[in-house]
Amino acid sequence: MKRAMTEMGPIDSLAVTDLACIRGQRVLFRGLSFRVGAGQVLSLEGPNGAGKTSLLRMIAGFIAPAAGTIAFGAVTEAEARGRHIGWLGHNDAAKSQLSPREVLGFFAGLYRSGVDIASALAEVGLGPLADLPCQYLSAGQKRRLALARPKLSGRPLWLLDEPLAALDAAGKQLAAGLVAAHAKQGGIVLAATHEPLGLACDRLMLGASP
Amino acid sequence: MTPLASLLLRDIRLATRAGGSAALALAFFAAVATLVPLGVGADLALLARVAAGVLWVAAVLAALLSLDRLFQADFDDGSLDLIALAPPSLEAIAATKIAAHWLTTGLPLTLLSPLLGLMFGLPPQAIAMLTLSLLIGTPAVSALGAIGAGLTLAIRRGGLILPLLVLPLLAPAVIFGAGAVGAVLDRTSSGALLLLAAFSVAATLLSPFAAAAAVRLNLAG
Repeated sequence: MKRAMTEMGPIDSLAVTDLACIRGQRVLFRGLSFRVGAGQVLSLEGPNGAGKTSLLRMIAGFIAPAAGTIAFGAVTEAEARGRHIGWLGHNDAAKSQLSPREVLGFFAGLYRSGVDIASALAEVGLGPLADLPCQYLSAGQKRRLALARPKLSGRPLWLLDEPLAALDAAGKQLAAGLVAAHAKQGGIVLAATHEPLGLACDRLMLGASP
Repeated sequence: MTPLASLLLRDIRLATRAGGSAALALAFFAAVATLVPLGVGADLALLARVAAGVLWVAAVLAALLSLDRLFQADFDDGSLDLIALAPPSLEAIAATKIAAHWLTTGLPLTLLSPLLGLMFGLPPQAIAMLTLSLLIGTPAVSALGAIGAGLTLAIRRGGLILPLLVLPLLAPAVIFGAGAVGAVLDRTSSGALLLLAAFSVAATLLSPFAAAAAVRLNLAG
C-alpha cells in the first residue's frame, strides 16, 4: 500500500498524537492518536457532532488543539498549511456570479496550479456547463466543482469534509476514483464521511465512547 | 498568474459584475449628493460651504455599504478556508482584498466626485482639492473598514455593527479631508492634506495585520 512519493510533495506522513478538541466547553474527543502514511486513505466516521469537521479544521490549522500535537512528517506546520494541504470543505465555494471555469481558474491561480482547467472540468463532468454562472448549478453539480479542487491544487495531503454529500451514484464513483488515484500516486487522504467511500481504506471511529 | 493577482482579479470581477458592489456604491454616493441640495435649498454659497463635508461623509458611507461582505461572502460559501490555505500569508491576502475594494469603490467614488462638487457649486480649485483628498483618503476607508469586516465576518447582520466599529476610526479622514477643501475655500493654508496623507498611509499599512488577525480568530470559530 505504501509507495514512494514521486510526484507529490515532501509530506510522507501525518501523525496525530494525544489530540484533544474542546468546542464551547464540550469535549469532542481527547487522547486521539493515529498515523497516516503516503498512499493511505483514512475515513473518519462517527455520529453528527463527533468532531469530524473539527478534526479536519484542526489539521488544517484553523482551530488550535486543546492538547496534543499534529506532525506533517519532515515539514513544519506552517509550511504544510501553506503548501501541502488540499481542502474540500462542506461548503462548495461556488460563487453564484462566476462560471465554473472562472471559479476553478481563480483557484488554480491562487494555488499556482499548472493543471488545465478545461480538462479538470471535464473530469468531474462539468465540461458542458463550464461557462454557465454557478447559480444555475444543482447542489450535486456544485459538489462536483468542489471535488475538482483537491486534485487541481496538486497538493499531497487531502482533507475532505463529506466529499460524497449531494452526489448521485456516478458522482460518488467519480469521488472514489479521484481519491483512489491520489492515494495510488503516494498522496494521503483524510475524509470525514457518513457513508462508505467505496474503496479500500482504513477507518477511524470518532465519538465512539461518549 | 501569481496567487495575489488571481485574488485581486477575482474580487474586482465579482464587484463589477451585475449586482456587484461597485455600481451600488456609486449610485448611493450620487443619490445622497443629489438629496442634500433638495433638503438644504438652492443657496449656492451655503451648498459650496457644506459640500466637502457632505461629499466626504457620503463617500465614506458608500464605501462602507459593501465592506461588510469583504470577507463574509467568502466565509459563508467556504472560499475563505481555501484562500487561507493558499501560499500567501493572510496579511498579504487582506491587503489584496483591501486593494480590490479600493479599486472598485474608493477610486470610482473619487472619479465621480468632481461632477458632484460642480453640482454643489464648488470653485475649480476646491473641486481639485476635494478630488485629491478623496484619492488620498479613501484607501484608509477600505483599509480600516477591512478590520471591521474581519471582526464581524461571522456575525449575522454584521453589516449593521460594522459602521459602529469603523466610523469612529474614520473621523480623522473626514475631518482632514473636508478641512483641506475648507482651507482652499478660505484661501488659507493648512496642513490638513498632509495630515490626511499621514493618516491614510498609517491606516493602509497597519490595517492588513489587524484584519488578518481578526479573520484568523473567526476561522477558528
